[in-house]
Amino acid sequence: MEMVNITIDDRKLEVPFNYTILEAARYANIAIPTLCFLKDINEIGACRMCVVEVEGARSLQAACVYPVSEGLVIKTQSPAVRESRKVTLELILSNHDRKCLTCVRSRTCELQKLAEELNIKDVRFDGERDVMPVDEVSPSIVRDPNKCVLCRRCVSVCKNIQTVSVIDTNERGFNTVVSSAFNKPLSEVPCINCGQCITACPVGALREKDDTDKVWDALNNENMHVVVQTAPAVRVALGEEFGMPLGSRVTTNMIASLRRLGFDKVFDTDTAADLTIMEEGTELINRIKNGGKLPLITSCSPGWIKFCEHNYPDFLDNLSTCKSPHQMFGAVLKSYYAEKEGKDPSEIFVVSIMPCTAKKFEAQRPELSSTGYPDVDVVLTTRELARMIREAGIDFTSLPVRQFDDPMGAASGAGVIFGATGGVTEAALRTVVEILEEKTLEDIEFKAVRGTTGIKEVELEVAGITLKAAIAHGTGNARKLLDSIRAGEKEYHFIEVMACPGGCVTGGGQPIQPSDVRSWIDLRKERAAAIYEEDKDMAVRKSHENPNVQKLYEEYFEKPGSHKAHELLHTHYVTRENYPVG
Amino acid sequence: MGSVDCCCRCEAVDEKKQMLLEVIEKHRDRKGALIPVLHEAQEIYGYLPINVQKTISEVLDIPLTEIYGVVTFYTQFSLEPKGKNKIQVCMGTACYVKGASGILDKLKEKLGISEGECTEDALFSLEATRCIGACGLAPVIMINDDVYGRLIPDEVEGIINKYRNEELK
Repeated sequence: MEMVNITIDDRKLEVPFNYTILEAARYANIAIPTLCFLKDINEIGACRMCVVEVEGARSLQAACVYPVSEGLVIKTQSPAVRESRKVTLELILSNHDRKCLTCVRSRTCELQKLAEELNIKDVRFDGERDVMPVDEVSPSIVRDPNKCVLCRRCVSVCKNIQTVSVIDTNERGFNTVVSSAFNKPLSEVPCINCGQCITACPVGALREKDDTDKVWDALNNENMHVVVQTAPAVRVALGEEFGMPLGSRVTTNMIASLRRLGFDKVFDTDTAADLTIMEEGTELINRIKNGGKLPLITSCSPGWIKFCEHNYPDFLDNLSTCKSPHQMFGAVLKSYYAEKEGKDPSEIFVVSIMPCTAKKFEAQRPELSSTGYPDVDVVLTTRELARMIREAGIDFTSLPVRQFDDPMGAASGAGVIFGATGGVTEAALRTVVEILEEKTLEDIEFKAVRGTTGIKEVELEVAGITLKAAIAHGTGNARKLLDSIRAGEKEYHFIEVMACPGGCVTGGGQPIQPSDVRSWIDLRKERAAAIYEEDKDMAVRKSHENPNVQKLYEEYFEKPGSHKAHELLHTHYVTRENYPVG
Repeated sequence: MGSVDCCCRCEAVDEKKQMLLEVIEKHRDRKGALIPVLHEAQEIYGYLPINVQKTISEVLDIPLTEIYGVVTFYTQFSLEPKGKNKIQVCMGTACYVKGASGILDKLKEKLGISEGECTEDALFSLEATRCIGACGLAPVIMINDDVYGRLIPDEVEGIINKYRNEELK
């Protein structure tokens, strides 16, 4: 690596030539405040919080975009720098709705932290304030422009990473606002509800639609049997909400706190993930053997499904007809489980704890109510669960060890790895290869499908077929992959798509890590590592060996793809017009 | 109703769409095609409603949100329909001092619309503009290419009626 010599705050350093001043300062353990900066996503030098003095430059320079060069002399703490940062911050604060006490991002707000760090005691500029309506129509995402600091982190992730492009900066000058085209609510534009904008937002301008009250009401209703299920990615991130390190595995704490909150049963969505593998694996085998529509594309990610419905309607027949795991589970709970418990489905209230905001929209899709009642009544994000745990005064870090309830508690490791990109493919391979080859796999870890490469491809010789699979995470990557198939450049049997970069572990409903953490530590890797550790510790690691799933087929569904399975576990999709005009 | 494509409810909707597609075709392979396309689209339609922006978005493969961002950034692009007769009230310093606000208020009253709007019959649209360079005639309004100077509010009605009568002929 070519190196250059620079001086920062009188310290001489040798740093890689392609560093920015911000990276060089970080390397020297010198903190420079940032607000709009989000590494690899938003590097635009817009907010001017990171200004520094560069010798020979006419004005202060934005450290986040200024490249180092030989002999560069930088001051990060001169009086001019401190004054400039303070004035900038005060100006931002002067047009900010400063209701911090009741803001969902209090404690995790980057603006609040900056105000504290820069020792802001008063906002001297008390001028006109923008007062704009809050967009609360979407079942997934709430947008409050009064708290927006115009950093454009949400715009960049929506446009450049996800290629969804439903929000942008509109108007100009003091009237500048981040909004949808024609100020339409997010529910009327091709928003996929992925929530990546929420996890990119430094403040409380974007948040999930809070549904915790609905859950409290159900828990307090004596006539309601309230069942909760938790997605795999929740257990490797929830701890962060309680100050635990990245990658902490908190499965037992999570179960114990759900018990204390008063849920009647605590089940594992991973069981339904195993069920998904049985159904989707069978679908794949059938399509390959009977010349069905290929590639088969996974349908676990509701953000991806809506993206496909808006942008790739020609691929709707490629989508697996399998409902996403938690929807399958909801349908099973209101049918098989209800019968077993001697309850009417109307008395069962299903809550899903998900790393996902798109699942809130998904749960409201009218076709996902196989029993005549919604499969899932309420979806809470990981963050909302943390709020309930705090509200109940539960000391999350010191709880007794608890396990998931029976029946349908125990899942397989294959179900757990659904939480990371490549996980569904690996879980499917563990089952499909064994079924097609009629033998037990020696090594069940398909490491080629793991990792954070945007598009992963694998080829595998299985029972005389060269099985070709591809994995995309982040809808921007999915777009590239589907375009290459449309153009006839690529052919696959199986494609896994997760709407969020990294898969569910970094879903839009997960704990928010500030820019100064996630810019330098890959959350996708830290959380995925915990997922794969969970898998390793499971007694059963293949979906078809999950005794609960086997029992479910014996007692109820007969076999994968049966008529009953289709009624309860499968669904269909619709073409959605972008910006319908009356 | 003809279509929301057009505020004057004429029959030329498809013709306009055809012209728009030709404009887009002419520019599509050039870098920075969006702004010239928006200019010419506004010449065709008089303004840039959602249908027009949507067509541009689809053909140029630029997200609608981005186009809307450009349209709302530049003041010369309009989201509101313009009338057959475009009234511009100069609010430059000289006109302002000489009572342009009174002229503007009278126009609003007589037309029953606010700034940036178009009358129900699509005959007039009203805008307040920056200095149009006729300070010696302050206060000044322009209707299309006609200039009316040294106005007093009471003259406003007569001027409007002149255009209304022309329409009746």
